[in-house]
Amino acid sequence: MATERKDPGNDRAASDGPAAGGVDGAPASPERETPCLEVRDLSLSYGGVPALSHVSLTIPRRRVTAFIGPSGCGKSTLLRCLNRLNDLIDGVRVSGSVTLNGMDIYRRGVDVADLRRRVGMVFQQPNPFPKSVYENVAYGLRLQRGIARSEMDDRVEWSLKSAALWDEVRDRLNETALELSGGQQQRLMIARAIAVRPDVLLLDEPASALDPISTLRIEELIHQLGAEYTIAIVTHNMQQAARVSDYTAFLYMGELVEFGNTDGMFLNPAKQQTEDYITGRYG
Amino acid sequence: MPAPDTRRTSWWTSGAPWVWLNAGAVGLSVAAVLGLVGLIAARGLAHFWPAEVLEIVHDDGTGRASVIGELAGIEFADPELLPDPGSGTPVERRLIKTGNRRVNAPDFRWLDRAAIVSERRPADLVVFERMEWGNAYGRLRGIFEHEDRVVHGSDAQAWTALQQRLARVAALREEIADLQASTIDSINYELEELRLERRRRALDGAGFDLDWRERSLNEEYTRVEARLMDLVRALERDAVEVEIMDGRRVRIELRDVLRAWRPNAMSRVEQITHYMASLWDFLSEEPREANTEGGVFPAIFGTVMMVLIMSVLVTPFGVIAAVYLHEYARQGALVRLIRIAVNNLAGVPGIVYGVFGLGFFVYLVGGTLDDLFYPEARPAPTFGTPGLVWASLTLALLTVPVVIVSTEEGLARIPRAIREGSLALGATKAETLFRIILPVASPSILTGVILAVARAAGEVAPLMLVGVVKLAPALPVDGNPPFIHLERKFMHLGFHIYDVGFQSPNVEAARPLVYATALLLIGIIVVLNLTAIMLRNRLEGRYRFIEG
Ligand SMILES: Nc1ncnc2c1ncn2[C@@H]1O[C@H](COP(=O)(O)OP(=O)(O)OP(=O)(O)O)[C@@H](O)[C@H]1O
Ligand SMILES: [Mg+2]
Repeated sequence: MATERKDPGNDRAASDGPAAGGVDGAPASPERETPCLEVRDLSLSYGGVPALSHVSLTIPRRRVTAFIGPSGCGKSTLLRCLNRLNDLIDGVRVSGSVTLNGMDIYRRGVDVADLRRRVGMVFQQPNPFPKSVYENVAYGLRLQRGIARSEMDDRVEWSLKSAALWDEVRDRLNETALELSGGQQQRLMIARAIAVRPDVLLLDEPASALDPISTLRIEELIHQLGAEYTIAIVTHNMQQAARVSDYTAFLYMGELVEFGNTDGMFLNPAKQQTEDYITGRYG
Repeated sequence: MPAPDTRRTSWWTSGAPWVWLNAGAVGLSVAAVLGLVGLIAARGLAHFWPAEVLEIVHDDGTGRASVIGELAGIEFADPELLPDPGSGTPVERRLIKTGNRRVNAPDFRWLDRAAIVSERRPADLVVFERMEWGNAYGRLRGIFEHEDRVVHGSDAQAWTALQQRLARVAALREEIADLQASTIDSINYELEELRLERRRRALDGAGFDLDWRERSLNEEYTRVEARLMDLVRALERDAVEVEIMDGRRVRIELRDVLRAWRPNAMSRVEQITHYMASLWDFLSEEPREANTEGGVFPAIFGTVMMVLIMSVLVTPFGVIAAVYLHEYARQGALVRLIRIAVNNLAGVPGIVYGVFGLGFFVYLVGGTLDDLFYPEARPAPTFGTPGLVWASLTLALLTVPVVIVSTEEGLARIPRAIREGSLALGATKAETLFRIILPVASPSILTGVILAVARAAGEVAPLMLVGVVKLAPALPVDGNPPFIHLERKFMHLGFHIYDVGFQSPNVEAARPLVYATALLLIGIIVVLNLTAIMLRNRLEGRYRFIEG
């Protein structure tokens, strides 16, 4: 399937024919793919204030799924449900279920640390550790004991190269990551997340602070990674969603309004709300 | 509204008065601190300078008499309080330290300015610093070996001879001290161990086969003692004859004399050398004369040791408590209550901790330890008596709230995003704690330790109950295994100040030492703090944080 994908930068929404077509040539739909993450009737409230209500969707394996929607609609919240990061916030109540490869991640006795290692995340705001550039990327690797020094170096280099950051930091690997620019930090966060080779990658607006060239390279990376990883990406950029994703989910006020094949959704959205949002008439 | 009015209102409302008020308060505090430290430093440091010795002839109404001594103070006495009110103007009086205790009484004398006929500074006046009874002042009139006069007069030759003999005495004294420290003390220590071993075996019902060891130790003791007696006899050889202020000639044994100098004849270089030497003696020697003379080394050692042990105990304890309260405990009414309790603990008077330390640590914990591990020493206590470890523990308890509070503040400053970043990479809570949170919070932890050290080093009251003594027979660290004796009692600069300044038989003579000791205590606290602050700044540089 990955071979059928186009280069990032091409506006997939504008092209004709489903890019991620099913085997039988029919337009792909998430239900036909192998499920990776299945969200069933998920509701969440922060201290009694609902942020998600009855969301159900399937994030297919080795596909890029984009989440779009107006600010505050619950995109980040949904993403954080997928690696149980909301557990840490006092007063959060979650109901419904999320399964990863058939395993309920909210079941009792789940190794949450291992879950989070398999479901990597890049946050909306860069949050580098107050350590060197190298140590930031190697952090997740060091948690997995028994990785040799040379392999560690290779993995760090690969991650930084993949995140289009290597050329800028190769000479300052041992300097603090806090002095990188906002965009560099954002790419460092991507490098940090992919260094541990997670199965699933959750990207919360990974390109919000990047220039067009870096954005392009990140999209290229997402595209590449999409062949092997399951990716969920939040973005406010409709073109970006159209360019990089196979499937798109539109959230509005904590509810899933529409979810389907990206091309289909951008060409002829099923709901008026979706159309308004995509075309910028929303609000 | 008229213009001037507006201007005044605007000055009042502009906030400028508050700025001035604050600046004034800060200025006042700084001035107070600097003034206090300056006073202490001036008084304390001046003590070691070789003060001039005056020979004053005065007329006390019955006739002329001469007084020899150092000027210790000038006072304008209220004439109303004097037996003879006179003209009603304040009377200038001089306090002269005439020394020569046990020869003259008393060793301080007030002289009316008006009664002074002449005042000279003869170059041949000598100050003898004695092991006991303070300084002696007078003129050198000869040197004796036993009963034989070997040197006459007080010329330069006699002075050189005196210095040589003093050097010999000092060398002998050193040799005796070495012998004492290296051999006799350890033999005594081993004999005591042997006695305890014997009791232990008796308690266990085993036989005694330790006699040969005791015999050999005793033989060695006798041998060393004989050598010691030789040295002591050699030490007793020399004496000087000194003419004191009333013309009497007295004999001073050189074994009692530490140093002799002629302050009025000293060059600037000699004065500075003398100053440095006395300062060094003050820092490195043991106290003599019920602490009113000699040095304060055991007190410095005890203070620093106690503070270090306290830091080692309080840091992990405070950090663990803070981490639990902030990271693990479910935030609620109970945790809030505990936090309030911890904050209030910081306000409990030190003496209360002292009483608690004595009852809990010394008697209960120490007593139990003795029963369990040192039954052979019973009824004499080993740990069940005030000592260094209990004092350190008590102070650790006293300062733990400070460490908890400041660690918690540090933990609260770490953004949630950083923790989430670590957790999202698959770190467990504990891994996040050790790899991210504690390193980043380490400057705050150190701030807590700095505050704890400052408080602990200045605290005296609780220590009097749990381990500090006026005079400790031995340092807590020595050459006898296990080398560090935490159960021993120790000396402390704070208590030393109290003891010397207010409990000594001769307050006047000891006063400069009180200033010097106070200065030293301040100095030690500053040094300890600066060390910790430097460490903290290095860490802060490493974990500098971008807000947000
Ligand atoms: N920790 C929290 N505590 C309480 N409410 C929260 C918390 N995090 C998010 N919310 C609320 O949940 C709702 C959804 O927030 P979320 O961050 O998921 O929005 P979003 O779709 O990611 O928005 P944006 O595009 O601006 O990032 C918002 O109303 C927000 O105020
Ligand atoms: Mg968001």
